[in-house]
Amino acid sequence: MSPKPAVRIERLSKSFGAFRAVEDVSFEVHPGEVFGFLGPNGAGKTTTIKILAGLLRPTSGRGEVAGFDVMRETREIKRRIGYMSQLFSLYADLTVEENISFFAGLYGVASERRAARRDWVLSMAGLGEHRRRLTGELSLGWKQRLALGCAVLHEPPILFLDEPTSGVDPISRRNFWDLIYSLADAGTTVFVTTHYMEEAEYCNRLALMNRGRLIALDTPAGLRAAHREPILEGRENRLEMVEPSLEDVFISLVRDAGGARED
Amino acid sequence: MSTNGGARRVREMVIKEFRQVRRNRGLLRVIFVAPVMQLILFGYAVSTDVRGTATFVVDHDRSRDSRDLIEAFTASGYFRLAGGSERSRDLVRALDHGRATVGLEIPAGYSRALRGGDEARVQVLLDGTNSNTATIVRSYAERIVQQQSARATGAEESPAVDLRARAWFNPDLASRNYNVPAVIGAIMFLVCLLLTSLAVVREREIGTLEQLMVSPLTGRELIAGKAIPFAIIGLVDLAIVTAAALLWFGVPFRGSPPLLLAAGVLYLISGLGIGLLVSTVSNTQQEAFMAALLVFMPTILLSGFMFPVSSMPAVFQWITLLNPMRHFLVIVRGIFLKGIGLDVLWPQFLALFAMGVGLLGLASARFRMTAR
Repeated sequence: MSPKPAVRIERLSKSFGAFRAVEDVSFEVHPGEVFGFLGPNGAGKTTTIKILAGLLRPTSGRGEVAGFDVMRETREIKRRIGYMSQLFSLYADLTVEENISFFAGLYGVASERRAARRDWVLSMAGLGEHRRRLTGELSLGWKQRLALGCAVLHEPPILFLDEPTSGVDPISRRNFWDLIYSLADAGTTVFVTTHYMEEAEYCNRLALMNRGRLIALDTPAGLRAAHREPILEGRENRLEMVEPSLEDVFISLVRDAGGARED
Repeated sequence: MSTNGGARRVREMVIKEFRQVRRNRGLLRVIFVAPVMQLILFGYAVSTDVRGTATFVVDHDRSRDSRDLIEAFTASGYFRLAGGSERSRDLVRALDHGRATVGLEIPAGYSRALRGGDEARVQVLLDGTNSNTATIVRSYAERIVQQQSARATGAEESPAVDLRARAWFNPDLASRNYNVPAVIGAIMFLVCLLLTSLAVVREREIGTLEQLMVSPLTGRELIAGKAIPFAIIGLVDLAIVTAAALLWFGVPFRGSPPLLLAAGVLYLISGLGIGLLVSTVSNTQQEAFMAALLVFMPTILLSGFMFPVSSMPAVFQWITLLNPMRHFLVIVRGIFLKGIGLDVLWPQFLALFAMGVGLLGLASARFRMTAR
């Protein structure tokens, strides 16, 4: 028997007027997995993540996060998740330490744990020496690691990351993913949206969205294997099955599903 | 989890808000310097006293009596000689060009008529563009002309009714004593309205509001976390501006300081509530700023700040009852000038309380942590 899923949604839909941002989406995320959420712009990724984080109410369907209903129990959900959006959202006019202490207080980190959690964030983000600097003065890579640190101060079992690495250089991005992995190793479920295919490779499983619908859900290897194509290879012109890159899979799946939405 | 957790989250918000205010030098100026400067500016500018009105004189009589009359005008302090001539045309031109607001024309034979017991006529021409000033000036002029004629004829016979008006509470009838306390109300309202609405909308703009919305912070806690720091700032402003009004303008303060403080708290709650409501309908700081000004103008105009509520049409008088500033002005003027207490002012206190609670409640109801 598998443990209770960290996230489960069933036939979830969300409309804004006539626009169907998310349509009839169902999937489960297992505890402790790194779950990648992919799709072109306007595919409904952010809307889905906002519903799961309790920021939006779904139009229909069911959803559970950490066992709580996304319709009725958003307060319980908010205590148990970390959330970091593409909009970098710490206070630029507070120091690194002040941001940490604010979010620790907001999430009710017990006072005896606060110092330890603060030191943990400072060291994981590599900001020990800069603890008294204004957050606005930090480089983007640092800000993002600090934002991640602030999102997990209360040690949430589930972490939602909405395009956390957009606009960051490759080295910072790699560092960031090292952090994600260490969190996942410690048992945190990580739900992450991304545009970067090499980041998709890091995920345990991938969900691919297009036009508000789920069009594929598998491991990266499984997705590639399912899209092997015969290609004439070598001097003898033998047919060989070649594994496409994830990017090829992604593009052909989106094309088969009617192409990306033009905004 | 308990109210305890809620209190802690509100405390964190308040601490955070003060840290941000402390780092924002522009905001510090708006909070601590601007109100005092506004008070001083308004204190001098918003004066309905009419003194030293530019007066153009045409004296056709050229007698001792006519000179006495002119002397009586200028000696009163209400009139200032801006020019004189022998031709009536010059007087008209002076009024047209705005060199004078009042024209005094004394016809030939004024002295004779005065002495002879006939009706002595003097013409006073007024620039009625500003009807308030004109009305006041006219009454001053009438009084002076009558006094002069009485003195010249030596008529000491007492009139049938001896009307002696005494102004209570503000014996000098100094408009500054009446206006400066009101300026305090206007400044506090503006500071509160603007700071609160901008503080919330700024968070929406930079994306931190979303971060707050995914946290366990409830809508009510967020509203409290925003309202408390700005209420404290508003009360500090009340103290600063009141001190400045007393020290700089020497406005009398006859009532109870704690009562003024209590009124300030109730009044600020309304201001904060409106500011928070503005923030719920604005997406950018510019929008919030515009909305705040749109609220501020009618609030001032319908408060009795400049135009007495009693001279408004009945419908507008009813509308002013929904204006927190109107009630606060009654309270501050009452406390400053009359020294009256809760026994008289309780309806205003009650109105402020009801409006404050209502507005804050409405703001927190509108402020949803989960969008539809």
